[in-house]
Amino acid sequence: MSFWDVTLSLLDGLVTTGQLFALTLLFALPLGLLICLGSMTRFTPLRWLVRTVVWIIRGSPLMLQILIVFYGPGLLFGLKPLPRFTAALITFVINYACYFSEIYRGGIQSIPRGQYEAGQVLGMSRPQVFFRVVLLQLIKQIVPPMGNELITLVKDTALARVISVYEIIWAGETLIKKGLIWPLFYTAVFYLAFNGILTLLLNWAEKKLSYFHS
Amino acid sequence: MPVLEVRDIHKRFGRTEVLKGISFSMEQSQILSIIGSSGSGKTTLLRCITQLEQADRGRILVEGKPVFDAAEAPNLTKAEKRDRQLNFGLVFQSFNLFPQYNVLDNVTLALRLQAKRRPDYAAKKAAILQEIDAEARSLIESVGLSEKLKNYPCELSGGQQQRVAIARALAMNPRILCFDEPTSALDPELTGEVLAVIKALGQRNMTMIIVTHEMAFAREVSDQVLFMDSGVVCEQGPPDQVIDHPTHPRLREFLRNFSK
Repeated sequence: MSFWDVTLSLLDGLVTTGQLFALTLLFALPLGLLICLGSMTRFTPLRWLVRTVVWIIRGSPLMLQILIVFYGPGLLFGLKPLPRFTAALITFVINYACYFSEIYRGGIQSIPRGQYEAGQVLGMSRPQVFFRVVLLQLIKQIVPPMGNELITLVKDTALARVISVYEIIWAGETLIKKGLIWPLFYTAVFYLAFNGILTLLLNWAEKKLSYFHS
Repeated sequence: MPVLEVRDIHKRFGRTEVLKGISFSMEQSQILSIIGSSGSGKTTLLRCITQLEQADRGRILVEGKPVFDAAEAPNLTKAEKRDRQLNFGLVFQSFNLFPQYNVLDNVTLALRLQAKRRPDYAAKKAAILQEIDAEARSLIESVGLSEKLKNYPCELSGGQQQRVAIARALAMNPRILCFDEPTSALDPELTGEVLAVIKALGQRNMTMIIVTHEMAFAREVSDQVLFMDSGVVCEQGPPDQVIDHPTHPRLREFLRNFSK
């Protein structure tokens, strides 16, 4: 197999990696906000329930969670397993939404109360204060920790291979059976490129927001 | 008729009774300074007047019309509360400018949002926004910051930020402008410029309530001084009486600590 053939076959895996990454973001970003609101609600039973779930999800290995989502329904209830990609995606969405919720919470709590009060005494409604005053400050606060999570997510997609999702590491491993070791290590180049682009985007966003300081 | 009447305001946080029945009134164009040591309840009183806190008991009237009544406060709609709150402007100790907006936008933001509620907004949008812009520019000029229109708060000194905050509060055209220790967060050399702006407002007949530790300033500009201690008004009157000839022992002690 030529270098070119190997690259093409790894790119095939990279597409799945990219899909897993993009779809996880698409669903986990809003779900995280919902979990965040739950973990901050004044309704104590819900708050403790949400915080317990967040503790369980953040406190246990993502790899085990993938296995549970994929094999659990069959082992416990005799149900047909979900499609592999779907099972991996659901796990990633739940797992990352929990991390995101904590980042949101930190961001929300970092906005000084005086910002809300200043808006209030100027006659703004609560939604106006949130969208016109708080939101951009919140985004500025969460870009750096979010960047960390996004970069981790790119690499965590590799865990999907425990249920044989054909992502890029799995693509590299299948080539081992054809007697080629080096493609597995070559996959690192793709991760580095992916995260390189991501880092550039994050730096751009940070720079865009650097014109003000809270 | 007094422009502001505060009647029997009570406020407690948990078990601590911070305000134990505060009453006072003030006339149009008067300047009232509230003095007292930390924890005496003066900031809480100001927050109850500007309705950032809801008093547990009592009433507040502006020009004879109730703007707060503890008995009916829970029944008001948000819009009604907002309209009543707009009788008051508030300048904070920590400025609380909106960091992502420049000076001009800080002053115009609330006005622009308010204008959207006008029935003729769609028809006259351009003219309304131009009017708001002109209004804001002249207010910023009046606090001496015309050169900083496009600057962001982080590019200004504390004194300049506080002057923007004053212009921002004035933009809403409040009946009564309140200051919560407006110079406490400033370096001593920057307090003068803020106090000068407040003084100039007094000369233009703005009705103002100032919670302050600046005793010399309070004596100079106030029509009335109100001394608070442990949630009650201990002594009240013109500054030459309250500050120069105090009668209450707590006030004497307070002023003695100041002159040290």
